[in-house]
Amino acid sequence: MKFENAAQAKQNERVLTILKDLLFQLADDELTLGHRDSEWLGLCPDIEGDVAFSSIAQDEVGHAVFFFDLLHELGEEDPDSLAFNRSSKARRNGVLLERGNGDWAYSVARHYFYDLFEDLRLQAIADSSYLPLAHGAAKIRREEVYHLMHMHLWFTRLGKAGGEAKERLEKAVQSIWPELGGLLSFGLHEQELLKHGIISFDTHELRRRWTSRMKAAFSEAGLMWPGEIPEPRMDGRKGEHSEELDELLSTMTEVYRMDPAANW
Amino acid sequence: MGFVSEERMWDVLQDVKDPEIPTVSVVEMGMVSKVFIRGSTVEVEMMPTFVGCPALDIIREHVSGRLLQEAGVEQVEVRFVFDPPWTSDRISPEGYKKLKEFGIAPPAAEPTALPRCPYCDSGEGMVENLFGPTACRAIYYCKRCHQPFEAMKKV
Repeated sequence: MKFENAAQAKQNERVLTILKDLLFQLADDELTLGHRDSEWLGLCPDIEGDVAFSSIAQDEVGHAVFFFDLLHELGEEDPDSLAFNRSSKARRNGVLLERGNGDWAYSVARHYFYDLFEDLRLQAIADSSYLPLAHGAAKIRREEVYHLMHMHLWFTRLGKAGGEAKERLEKAVQSIWPELGGLLSFGLHEQELLKHGIISFDTHELRRRWTSRMKAAFSEAGLMWPGEIPEPRMDGRKGEHSEELDELLSTMTEVYRMDPAANW
Repeated sequence: MGFVSEERMWDVLQDVKDPEIPTVSVVEMGMVSKVFIRGSTVEVEMMPTFVGCPALDIIREHVSGRLLQEAGVEQVEVRFVFDPPWTSDRISPEGYKKLKEFGIAPPAAEPTALPRCPYCDSGEGMVENLFGPTACRAIYYCKRCHQPFEAMKKV
């Protein structure tokens, strides 16, 4: 069954619940990482990196707004309130994305892992039974091609460079790996999302595709494959988060909180 | 009292330029999807070039401001839609020409392909940065005429 618009989705309470949960995952991932990206401004190794991270941040936050708009149509608050006025417990982003930026290697590796995951997640919703989501996914995927190309370039460049660059990249991969499973997931309701055609494949298939493509990049970069993706200790898809998310939210919402009713 | 026709509205929309590329109209950029006339109300469906484009509100204001100058138009509603999605193939031949005149190369055939230099038409360039001054543009360098140049991204 297809759901052509918000009004149709709202008629099925269960569909509404699981659809909103998925949309919060999409929006919160993009907003959280978009904010982290923006923190690189002025600090990147070269000016091209600065421009790239700022432009990517703008894209990611723009995508978050798109998903928040869909939530608003489904009866949630307006996008600004959803972005700035929810507690960390209500957030559904992967814990990996809220972590501080670390060094350049950590930021590059994390972003590359995310971009490949996002490409696959957008594939999974490209034919979604919720049509507004399918349309947005098709559009967003065309833009994300450039993020993926950029991060693939940097990931393999750091690996091929050897020396300190490669050592830092290896260290970054080691610290990311235990939290990867919490990102590469569709959350608590994936079987129902599948049943209603909102997504077209599950976490298992997503990880299979991710692993196959990522192994090729590891080999190109000259890195050892770290092995199976473990289940995370803290699951952001269930609202479990680190203190780093609270710190991020406190910075991100500082201006908003001064006057939530202000018109910008 | 003027006669509000769809054809006339499309003509008038030629006056509304892309705020970031002032030689190219929103019509030539392929951003206008549909125009509906309902009495004295004009509804315009537009397709954003990039989802997070920060110029959307300005474009909305410019479109409505321009159409409201037309006799017989009392209300304008601008909606942004994603079905079908805007792609760089929607830029018109006239749009291609004007982009080049402004010094921006039209999009290449593939995201990985090199666009032709807008100054000397050489295809021998290199990527300087896949990200540029706006979400929809990337920066290249022409090895023949030794000029950096921007290009519209192929999306």
